[in-house]
Amino acid sequence: MSATTAPTGTTRGIPARQLLRGAILIAILLLALLPLLNHLPADSAFRVSDFTVAVTGKWICYAVLALAIDLAWGYAGILSLGHGAFFALGGYAMGMHLMRLIGPRGVYGHPVLPDFMVFLGYRELPWYWLGFDHFPYAILMAMLVPGLLAFVVGYLSFRSRITGVYFSIITQAMTYALMLAFFRNDMGFGGNNGFTDFKELLGVPLNTQAARAGLFYAALALLAGSLVLCRHLVGTKLGRVLVAVRDAESRVRFLGYSVTAFKLTVFVLSAVLAGLAGALYVPLVGIINPGEFAPGNSIEAVIWVAVGGRGTLIGALLGAFSVNALKTWLTSVAPDLWLFVLGGLFVAVTVFLPRGLIGLFRRATK
Amino acid sequence: MTRILPLLLVLLFALPAAAQDAFLDALPGLAGGFGTQAEAVERLGAGGDPRALPVLRALSESTLRKNGSTIILPDGKDAATGQPTDTAAAETIRINNRVRSALRGALGRLQLVSASADERLAAADSVFRSRSADNIAPLEAAIAREAVPLVKERQQLALAASRLVAADAAVKRQGIATLGEASSEDARALLLEARAANPDLTADIDKAVAAIDSRLAFKRAAETLFQGLSLGSVLLLAALGLAITFGVMGVINMAHGEFVMLGAYTTFVVQEACRGIPWLLPWSLPLSVPAAFLVAGLAGAALERGLIRHLYGRPLETLLMTFGVGMILQQAVRLAFGAQNREVLSPAWMQGILSLPGGINITQNRLWVIVFSLLVLGLTLAAIRLTRFGLEMRAVVQNRRTAATMGIRTGRVDALTFAFGSGLAGMAGVALSQIDNVSPNLGTGYIIDSFMVVVFGGVGSLIGTLVGAMGLGVLNKVIEPWAGAVLAKVAVLVIIMLFIQRRPRGLFALKGRAAEA
Repeated sequence: MSATTAPTGTTRGIPARQLLRGAILIAILLLALLPLLNHLPADSAFRVSDFTVAVTGKWICYAVLALAIDLAWGYAGILSLGHGAFFALGGYAMGMHLMRLIGPRGVYGHPVLPDFMVFLGYRELPWYWLGFDHFPYAILMAMLVPGLLAFVVGYLSFRSRITGVYFSIITQAMTYALMLAFFRNDMGFGGNNGFTDFKELLGVPLNTQAARAGLFYAALALLAGSLVLCRHLVGTKLGRVLVAVRDAESRVRFLGYSVTAFKLTVFVLSAVLAGLAGALYVPLVGIINPGEFAPGNSIEAVIWVAVGGRGTLIGALLGAFSVNALKTWLTSVAPDLWLFVLGGLFVAVTVFLPRGLIGLFRRATK
Repeated sequence: MTRILPLLLVLLFALPAAAQDAFLDALPGLAGGFGTQAEAVERLGAGGDPRALPVLRALSESTLRKNGSTIILPDGKDAATGQPTDTAAAETIRINNRVRSALRGALGRLQLVSASADERLAAADSVFRSRSADNIAPLEAAIAREAVPLVKERQQLALAASRLVAADAAVKRQGIATLGEASSEDARALLLEARAANPDLTADIDKAVAAIDSRLAFKRAAETLFQGLSLGSVLLLAALGLAITFGVMGVINMAHGEFVMLGAYTTFVVQEACRGIPWLLPWSLPLSVPAAFLVAGLAGAALERGLIRHLYGRPLETLLMTFGVGMILQQAVRLAFGAQNREVLSPAWMQGILSLPGGINITQNRLWVIVFSLLVLGLTLAAIRLTRFGLEMRAVVQNRRTAATMGIRTGRVDALTFAFGSGLAGMAGVALSQIDNVSPNLGTGYIIDSFMVVVFGGVGSLIGTLVGAMGLGVLNKVIEPWAGAVLAKVAVLVIIMLFIQRRPRGLFALKGRAAEA
């Protein structure tokens, strides 16, 4: 399999790289301005609506998810079709915290139990809900639970050398199973309604400009942090070994590397990033339900990476933003067309544009 | 109706003349005092004359009237002659509790000899529940006359239940023995009730209950097995095409589920086309099988030649691309046929329930799906083992270059193999249209399960696919009663993942050089 090499070489394409870097810097600066523009008076031409801030914040979370997928797929060749599950698990951890913060303000006014538990006849909080009233604990769980799941699934799979499409199908089955499980009412996660009607986070009411701006910057900080971390990671020896595993797994194994350990490390890290992205996503959109586990969601996230150009971290971001912008625009203009376009993207990118938009960009500037 | 007619004739001729006189004799008694009424009701019930039934029913509903000693039915006719009569001075006949209780027994007994088999069946069941030793004699008489086996069986159960409350211990034992041969929860409950009332018969009753229990357990096991095989046959159908395209060719086709969906919609279209020709309509389903094979097969060939061909050796890209194709197919069908479910009718010869001995009930269309899936498996095996195409296919799979040098057009074989696998998916769609909703996302529910079956059974082995599908189907249905449908599915997925730890290449792993490819 001959995919792009890691973008750390300095021999060729320097002007293109600098151009890209500049464009990204400008894009991030522009993004950072968005919540400020939200504060302009309503009649100003530059005013950005609440909706735009929330939607862009959502895309930033998606971009982190895309980055996580790219780290595993683009660099280590692990195509997970279940990253949506890690994202959703992180979201559920945050959702549990937000549910606990509602306190006695629910429809039933129960001092401790969330509405759905009162409705389903729970007497007391299930043990796995304990601790979620603390914000740090919820964030910890948003990282720990996806990480642990990734560790178990990854360990069992990589150890018995399940690679390629087999691993993809296993991860797809994993998210499918989780979806079925979370749809059940007696799991204690709100069944098919999931969690919604959140009130506040860290003392700030969620439906205010301040909360939206805060979450937006938190997501942006997470994106920048993950980008720096991933960039650093792929430049280290670990990153080099991962690329080697991607291109010739058996050879790396025969050279004496523990392929399982390397793959497991990157897969767990990737899952943790996805979990954090999900944790920020939930307060931004105000709802989490088992639909987030749907296998289609995970595979859609994979196509963001493919469209942008896998094996390049910038490509993942580019893909996440462009595909989601296209989706938001098209689903409002011609909703019937969107699935054709998305399906067409899958076909076009794999057959005609294996290196994605970044590859196109590189060819054009060469 | 044809079954009842001869019975009616038998009844008419067998009815002794004396009984008819008894009916006319007893009838005027209904116009008398409560004591006389009760006696008349008893006599009418014992007489077993069909004409007595409407009279007694009207009496119990307080719609029977009298004019002097003439009894008038609710429709204004004289009960004795059947002729319209003067109803001007008629008054409603009133009854008291004593008459009412006599009525209940008499009605039950009369219904036992009713002309309608359904009514006799209902009567047998109601006598079974009412449990009175008085019913023994009429039941014995009814059984002797009964010609319909199902009714006779229920009557015998009712007789046994009535014997259980008889005074004589020997008669009771007889009843216990008969009930012990039944396999119903009702009989079991009845025996347990009698056990408390008859301490001296405990041993007999326990023996009978144990016999029922073992029979019920067998019945449950058999039904679980059938349900499992039924689910397994559905999985087998959905996975067979995948076993060819993924298992044999190594092409991962995520649009496989959509080919199944295309097959189901082809069935719908063929059915609508047959609507204009009434004699053809019952046969639209068999006609759909080749049609669906062709439609899905052509779609598969187009997909392979147009797109997949360019991605050989890049399985992950193939996966994503075919997923996109599936999305497009789904949306196209949604726009063309609408998002709501389409109705595909079952022909009459596929409907109904088959009762096996031991009270095991089997729905016929599920049985047909099992038969159909095995047929398709047989045809697939035959196509691979016995035909020229199968030979070329195996040659290309084993060694593409050598096959090409031998003059096999490998590209054509690829396209045909993929079309064959896709056509199998279309045929699965025909079967699924009988037991699932025909909707644009029909295929998505099966795709993950099908891949699991292929991986579990062993990639590249059709027998593995059969064993995998049936094994997973039965496993699912065995777990279901304890854990519920959803958790059973989750448990099966977990079990497969753990199983793959032990045998990464599935149940029936290919050995030798082919396994390394």
